[in-house]
Amino acid sequence: MKEKKTPLIRLAKRDGLEGWKVWCIRACSILLALALGALAVAVTGANPLQAYGAIVTGALGKPSAIRQTVKIAVPLLGCALAIAPCFKMRFWNIGAEGQITAGAIAASYFALFWAGRLPAPALLVVMGIAGAIAGGIWALIPAFFKARWNTNETLFTLMMNYIIIGVVRWLQGGPWEGRPGSQIIPQFDAAACLPRVLGVHCGWIIVLLLVVFMHVYMRYTKHGYEIAVIGDSMNTARYAGMNVGHIMMRTMFLSGAISGLVGYIVASGANNTLYDGVAGGVGFTSITVAWLSQLNAFAMVGISLLLAVLSKGAETLQTRMSVPASISDIITGILLFCMLGCEFFINYRLIFRGKSHKEGGQS
Amino acid sequence: MNFITLFIALIIAAITYGTPLLFGTLGEILTEKSGNLNLGVEGIMFMGGAVGLGGVFYYEKAASSPSGVLAVIIGLLCAFTAGAAASLIFSFLTTTLRANQNVTGLALSIFGTGIGQFIGEYMRVREGGYIAIGNMLKGYFQNSPFPVFLQKIPFVGGILFGNSIFFYLALLLAGVMFWYLNRTRSGLYLRAVGESPATADAAGINVTRYQYLATVIGGGLSAIGGMVYITTIAGCVWNHEGLSGVGWLAVALVIFCMWRPLSAIWGSILFGALMILYLRLVIPFVPTQLYKILPYVVTVIVLIASSMRNNKEKQPPANLGLSYFREDR
Amino acid sequence: MTALETVCAIELRGITKRFGEVAANDGIDLTLNRGEILSLLGENGSGKTTLMNMLSGIYFPDEGEILVNGSPVSIRSPRDAFAYGIGMIHQHYKLVDVFTAAENIALGLEDKGRLDIKAVNEKVSGICRRYGFDIDPTQKIYNMSVSQKQTVEIVKVLYRGADILILDEPTAVLTPQETDRLFDVLRSMRADGKAIVIITHKLHEVMALSDKVAVLRKGKYIGTVSTSETNPQALTDMMVGRSVTLNIDRPQYENPVRRLELKGVTCLDGEGVKRLDGVSFTALGGEILGIAGIAGSGQKELLEAVSGLYPVKEGSITYAPPAGGELDLVGRTPMEIRRSGVVMAFVPEDRLGMGLVGSMGMTGNMMLRSWRKGKGAFVNRKDPNELALKVWKDLEVVVPSTEFPIRRLSGGNVQKVLVGREIATAPSVLMCAYAVRGLDINTSYTIYNLLTEQKMKGAAVIYVGEDLDVLLELCDRILVLCGGQVSGVVDARTATKDQIGLLMTRLGGKEGA
Repeated sequence: MKEKKTPLIRLAKRDGLEGWKVWCIRACSILLALALGALAVAVTGANPLQAYGAIVTGALGKPSAIRQTVKIAVPLLGCALAIAPCFKMRFWNIGAEGQITAGAIAASYFALFWAGRLPAPALLVVMGIAGAIAGGIWALIPAFFKARWNTNETLFTLMMNYIIIGVVRWLQGGPWEGRPGSQIIPQFDAAACLPRVLGVHCGWIIVLLLVVFMHVYMRYTKHGYEIAVIGDSMNTARYAGMNVGHIMMRTMFLSGAISGLVGYIVASGANNTLYDGVAGGVGFTSITVAWLSQLNAFAMVGISLLLAVLSKGAETLQTRMSVPASISDIITGILLFCMLGCEFFINYRLIFRGKSHKEGGQS
Repeated sequence: MNFITLFIALIIAAITYGTPLLFGTLGEILTEKSGNLNLGVEGIMFMGGAVGLGGVFYYEKAASSPSGVLAVIIGLLCAFTAGAAASLIFSFLTTTLRANQNVTGLALSIFGTGIGQFIGEYMRVREGGYIAIGNMLKGYFQNSPFPVFLQKIPFVGGILFGNSIFFYLALLLAGVMFWYLNRTRSGLYLRAVGESPATADAAGINVTRYQYLATVIGGGLSAIGGMVYITTIAGCVWNHEGLSGVGWLAVALVIFCMWRPLSAIWGSILFGALMILYLRLVIPFVPTQLYKILPYVVTVIVLIASSMRNNKEKQPPANLGLSYFREDR
Repeated sequence: MTALETVCAIELRGITKRFGEVAANDGIDLTLNRGEILSLLGENGSGKTTLMNMLSGIYFPDEGEILVNGSPVSIRSPRDAFAYGIGMIHQHYKLVDVFTAAENIALGLEDKGRLDIKAVNEKVSGICRRYGFDIDPTQKIYNMSVSQKQTVEIVKVLYRGADILILDEPTAVLTPQETDRLFDVLRSMRADGKAIVIITHKLHEVMALSDKVAVLRKGKYIGTVSTSETNPQALTDMMVGRSVTLNIDRPQYENPVRRLELKGVTCLDGEGVKRLDGVSFTALGGEILGIAGIAGSGQKELLEAVSGLYPVKEGSITYAPPAGGELDLVGRTPMEIRRSGVVMAFVPEDRLGMGLVGSMGMTGNMMLRSWRKGKGAFVNRKDPNELALKVWKDLEVVVPSTEFPIRRLSGGNVQKVLVGREIATAPSVLMCAYAVRGLDINTSYTIYNLLTEQKMKGAAVIYVGEDLDVLLELCDRILVLCGGQVSGVVDARTATKDQIGLLMTRLGGKEGA
C-alpha cells in the first residue's frame, strides 16, 4: 500500500499452509524448546545430553517407570479432552482444576461412607457417576451466569477452582478427618479403589475410551456440530436457530462431568484418598495440552504423554544427577512457549519490504 | 480493651499478609489496563521471590559489612528484573506472536513456579542446607522504618507506623499508579489501549509499545510481591508452600477492587485478614478452614454483581484477553 | 474573490487506486477551495470513500499527485493527514465508550506530561461555542446519542487544528432536525474559512448545503458543477449515467398470487432509531420484487424482520403458504419461519458474518439448514454432502473438495454456496440481498438465472440489489426504500433509471407510494 516508508516486515493472515509445512514448523519448535531446555540444564553443570538420556530412560526405561509415566498422563489426557469442546466453542473454561476436585469430593463421599453397603463394582460405578455429576454442576454455575448475564467466564471459572479446593481443606481438617489432628482423610476401602489392568489402575482404559468418544462427539454428532458453529460465529449460530445459551450450558456440563470423572479416577485409582492436591495443577497443564493439540483428541494422547515423560523423567534426573526435579516444569514451560509461538508462523505470513507490491492487490 | 488489642493485632497481621498481595495486584492492574490478561502472576511471584531472596543472600555473602538499605534495594531490583523478564516472554508471545493469552499465562505460571522452585532448591543444594539471611539484614526487611515512639502511640501507632517498609512503598505505588492512570496523558492512552485498541491505533497511539511496557513493568511489580512474601512472612527462607496460591489471590483481588489501584489497598488488607483470620477468630458455625475461601467467594459475588448491574464503568477493560491485529478491522 | 481562494486547499491530479484488477478510482482530478463546501456525489461503489481515504492517510494512491495549499505532499498515515490539517469523520465512529468526550478528544496527541483535563474541557467548550455545537465535554460516550457521538468526532478533528474536513455520509444516522443542526454548523465553519468535503448521495442535501458538486460514477470522475447552476435532474443524470442493456432473460409467470404481505411494519434499532417506518407491500409468488435504495435505507432490517431476526415494533407480516391458509410471522422464531418456507440469503459486507461457517467445508455449511433433521445424536452428513456435490456441480463452484474450508474460497464461490443452499430448500419466499456483490459478470448471470428459475417455480423472490440496470431487467416490480420508508413501487418493465434514482433520493416522493 505505502511505497517509500513500508515497514521492514509486514504481517498478513494466511490460511491453508500445506500440512507437511505445518508439521515441520511444529517439529522445529519442539527442537528449539529442547535446545533451550538443554541450556537450562547446562546452567546446573550437568551434561544436557546425559540429562535428556536420563529423562527418557527414567520415564520409559523400565516397565515400572512406564507405568508411572502412564499414571501421570492419564489425568492430563482426560482433562484435555474435557476442555476441548469448551475451547472449540471459544468458552474459556480454565476451571478444570476445580471440576476435577469437585468430582473427587463426590466420589470420595461414596468411597468413605458407602463402602460397606454396596458391592464393589456397584460402588465404583456410583462413585464415577457422582463424580461426573458433581464436576458437571461445578462447571454449570459459571456457564449459567455467562449465558444469562455474560459474566466473564475466564475469571469466574478461575475463582471456582480455589473455592472447591478450600472445601477439600475443610473436609480434610474437619468432617472427614481420619485420625484426629492428622489433617488427612483415611485411605479408601479396597472396594472403592479402581482395579489395576497391566499394572496401572484402569483409569487409562476409561480415558482411552474417552478419546474415542470425544473424537466422535466433536466430529459426528449434532452437539459437536453446534459447538463448532458457535465457535466460528455466534451470529451464524443464531441464524441457524441454535439456542446459544442452552448449548453453552450443556457443553460446560459435559466438560465438567469429564473433569469430574478424571477427579474420580485420580482419587480412586492413583491416590486411594482425597486431599487438597488431588488436581495438582493438572487442570491448568491440560489446558495447554488441549490447545497445543489443536483440540484434536488423538494429538492430545501424544502431547500428554510427552509432558508425562518430562515430569517422570525429571524425578530420575534429580536422583541420578542432582538436578532439581522442577527442571521438568521449566522444560515444560519452554516447550509450551515455543509451541504457542510457532502457531504464529503457521497463521501469519511475514512480508518483507520489497515484496509488498505483489501482495498489495489481495487486500 | 482485650477486644481492641486483638483487633489491632489482627489489622497489623492483615497488613503484613496483604502487602505482597498489594504488589501483585497493582502489577496485574497495570497489565490488565493494557488489555493483557496475564494469568502467569503465580509464576511471576515465584520467580520474584526466589530471585529476590537469591540476590539478597549473595549480596550478604559477598559484602564484608552489608548495608541494610542496599540489601532492600537489591531485593527489589532482583525481583523486579525477574518479573519483568518473565512478562517480556508473555508480551512477546501474546502481543507480537498473538498467542492465546489464557494459555500463555498458564504456561508462564508453570514455567515461573518451576524457575522459582529450581532456583530455591539449587541454592539450597549449592550452599548446603537452608538459605537464610542474617538477622541484621532481616530487620531491615521486616521492621518498621519509623522511630519507636511513633509506633508506641496508643491504638493507631502500630497500625500507622508499625509495618514493614514494603507496605509504605506499596501505598506510594498505589497512589502513583492512581495518579498515572487518571491524571496523565500517557495513563489515558494506556486505558484507551485496553478498552479499544482499534480506536487507540486510529488516534496514532502505539498500541504495541503500550502493551509491552505496561505488561513488563506490571510483571516486575507483581514479582516484588513474591519477594516481599519471602522476606517478611516466610522469614527470609525459601518457602514455596507458603507462596503458592498468593499469585492467584492477587488475580482475584484485581477483580474484587474493579481495576482501581486505591481500592486495592483496603482490598488487600481485607484479603490479608481473611488469609489469617482462622488463626485468630472463631465464628460460630463457620469452620475456620473455610475462611480461606472467602476471598474467592466475595470475588465471584463481585464479578456476578458487576455483570448483572451492567454498569459501564465497573467492568473489566473491554478488550481484556483479546489480541489486536490491525488488519482484522 | 479573495486572495485565499487563488490557492486551492486541496488539488488532486490523476489519482488512481486499484484493488486487484478493479480500479476503484481511475485518474481523478478534483479541487477544493477554502471557505467552500464540496459535495462528493455518486452511487454505492462509485469510489467516493476510497478517494477520500487517500486524503486521510488510510490508503496510498497508486498513481497521481495530491497538492495541499499548492505544494505536492505524500500522505502515508492519519498522522500525516493531521499534520497537513486534513481531518476525516468516518461513518463508523472510533470512540472509547467509557471515556468522556474530552478524554476521547485528547487521545493520541502527545503522550508526555499531565493530563490537564480542565484545559481540554475549556478548549472543547470554546470550539463548541464558536461553531454552535451542543455537547458536554465531561459526558461519557456511552450516555450519548448517535448525533452527539458524531459531534465529538467533528470536535476531535477541529481540536487537532484541521482546516480541511471530510465527512463520510454524516447524515446517514441523523434525524432531519439533527441534520439541519449539522448543516448550520458546517455553514459556520465555511464562514470561518475551512474547506469541507461531504460525501453523500442525498440530492436534496447537496442542493441545500454545498457550493460545488463533484460527481463520480464507477470510479471515474464525471465532472464538477456549481450548485447554483444545476438541478437535481441534471445531477441524477450525471450520477446514474445512461441505461445499459444487459439482456437478462425475464419470462412472465402466469397469474401470480399473493404470498407475503407487510402492513405498516416499523422497527427500532438498539438506539431507538427507526430503521423501518411503516413499510407496507405485497410480494407475489411468481415474480421477482426488486428492492432498490441507497445503502442503509432499511434493506437489511426489512429482510431480517421477515426472517424473525429483527424485532418488529408495529405492523403485521402475513404469509400465505402455497398450501393455503395464512400465517402471521411477527413474533415467530427464525426456525419456525424458515420451516414454513420463507428463507433468506443475505450476503453481508464481510460475506461470512451471517449464514455461513468459514472454517467448515461446503458439506458443513449445507448442514446449517438440516443439522437437526433425523433421529439420534448423530448428524446426517450424507444428504448435505449430496447437496454440496449438487451445488458444486450446478453452480460450478471452484473448490478442491466439499470439505475445503469455505473461508478460503473467493467471494463469488462463497456466495454461490450460500445462494445454492437457500434455493435448495425449495422455498416459497426467497429473499436475497446483494447476491452478486463483487462477482464477475458470468457468475452474476448464473445467479440471476437461478432466481428466475425459482420465480418460474412459483416462489416469491425478493431481491435487494445495488445496480439499477440489473434491477430494471431482472425484476418484475421494484420497490424503492428511502430512510426506512417505501418511497415508491414501480413496474420494472416500464420504469426508467431516472425515476428510480429520484425515488431513492426521495425527490419523486409521494406519488409512487
